[in-house]
Amino acid sequence: MPWYEMPWRERTGIVGSLYDLSRWRWGEMLFWTLALMAILLFPHRYLILTEIAWLALFVLSLDLILGYAGIVSLGHAAFFGVGAYTAGLLALHHIIDEPVLALLVAGLAAMVLGFVTSFLVMRGADLTRLMVTLGIALLLRELANRFSDITGGFDGLQGIVMQPVLGLFEFDLFGKTSFIYCLVVLFLMFLLARRIVHSPFGLSLRAIRNNPLRAAAIGIPVNRRLTAIYTIAAFYAGLAGALSTQSTALASLDVFSFERSADLLLVLVIGGTGYLYGGLIGAVVFKLLQDVLATWTPQYWQFWIGLILVVLVLIGRERLHRWTRWGPERIKTILDARKSAAVAGEKTP
Amino acid sequence: MTLALETQGLVKTFGGLTATRDLSLKVERDARHALIGPNGAGKTTVINLLTGVLRPNAGRILLEGSDITALPAYRRALMGLSRTFQINQLFADLTPLETIALAVSEQRGEGMHWWSSLGRDATAADEIGLLLQRFHLTEVMNARTATLPYGKQRLLEIALAIAAKPRVLLLDEPAAGVPEAERQDILAAVASLPRDVSVLLIEHDMDLVFSFADRISVLVNGALFVEGSPSEVARDPRVKAVYLGEAADA
Repeated sequence: MPWYEMPWRERTGIVGSLYDLSRWRWGEMLFWTLALMAILLFPHRYLILTEIAWLALFVLSLDLILGYAGIVSLGHAAFFGVGAYTAGLLALHHIIDEPVLALLVAGLAAMVLGFVTSFLVMRGADLTRLMVTLGIALLLRELANRFSDITGGFDGLQGIVMQPVLGLFEFDLFGKTSFIYCLVVLFLMFLLARRIVHSPFGLSLRAIRNNPLRAAAIGIPVNRRLTAIYTIAAFYAGLAGALSTQSTALASLDVFSFERSADLLLVLVIGGTGYLYGGLIGAVVFKLLQDVLATWTPQYWQFWIGLILVVLVLIGRERLHRWTRWGPERIKTILDARKSAAVAGEKTP
Repeated sequence: MTLALETQGLVKTFGGLTATRDLSLKVERDARHALIGPNGAGKTTVINLLTGVLRPNAGRILLEGSDITALPAYRRALMGLSRTFQINQLFADLTPLETIALAVSEQRGEGMHWWSSLGRDATAADEIGLLLQRFHLTEVMNARTATLPYGKQRLLEIALAIAAKPRVLLLDEPAAGVPEAERQDILAAVASLPRDVSVLLIEHDMDLVFSFADRISVLVNGALFVEGSPSEVARDPRVKAVYLGEAADA
């Protein structure tokens, strides 16, 4: 029997360690519990919560290609926009009235675009990719502008009336249905993404980001894997765009805008790449900051966002994490020291 | 009997520089073959040509009789041609456990499986566990590769090549830069490679070459200079001249 076929898993901690790689952590459960509780806790903030939910899905999409596969993009709004307009047109012309089905079709439309453009993006390195993705998004924006009889041009698609989700849940004035709908989609797509990144396929993406030369040397078809994840990410971005249209009953040219792609990168950098939650946390932080700063200083809120970003990048997220943990850990050491001193005190007399 | 690996009239030029000159090399099945030569002889270029990192200007490469000259690197790897790198080429953010699990799952053709979790299969887990154990990586298997000491990284470099279950293995200076304390681990790993794997070793360390190889090819200026058994090569005055000449120049 060759040496690599002998039973070894019992003798090392291998099975447990492999299992640990994809185990649900406490923090994750806490995060989703809080997200669910937001429905009850903030009944007057459904609008911003809904925006956070679809933005989070959009950032999740960028994290899949940037954080896991290392593909930089400045034009991710292309897929968002295609999803947004597809959902809008389907509802406006009553082609597909049921939102969930329209959502899937919108995602698939973006996915097709993702697959086709992936071959352009695979050519060349980071700088080329930035330019190509940027170019594709600008191109689509101009196309949408040119065919304003279909897209409504600068006015956007108007007069969209959303039908109930699954024919059951009516979109209400306060946006409660919208938020729950977006949150459910976000959660399901997050579960899928989580599954993907912990699979052999997901691991191969991380390997490619780390070292494409070695990845090819152990038999990984690098470009094929990148095409696959780029296509999947386009689907995610398309869903996010469709959700934004469906929750606002509006789609306009700015779905394709450069600012949207750039903001997306910003949000992901704020939250951190390559662990899925970065996008979600980034979306929450970004939207809340935007909200707070815009009320505080309506004209200059972008200044403060910019400042925060610069400081964040200069300090580095790792150090920031250490600092936030320093306080609680310091208190814990002091308490531990007191406790042991007290125990020692009781023993001495 | 077919050869494990063969090159026919291989030529590679970089601008005006000819790095590989009409090289016809034969690696027998189950061989322990060493490729030696002074600095700049073009040894690593040969490995890069064989594995598809570089494309030759002329000539053919045959892996177990089939022409692989035009195939991309990953196809050659899947056909059983595996290599280590002179300078570690690892996945810095992955742990040794993830690295080996990745190579094993790719080798098992599960690389596109996006629904299953890693290494849930018992045979796969066995393979991963045994490889980590064999290369003394079990105690560091959950640490980021970038944080490992150099010797451990070197072992992982070799383990990763073995995990692909190669039929032909190209070792590019496996002991280069390894501190003396960890050197024995590397040498033992190289010595205990499965017998049914044909090995082409590139090395500067003559002790390792002569203890390992049963056939030696000497490369000078990109061309095959001398080939023979270790004792023949050791006695050959031209080889001595090349190495002594190099030493005298230096």
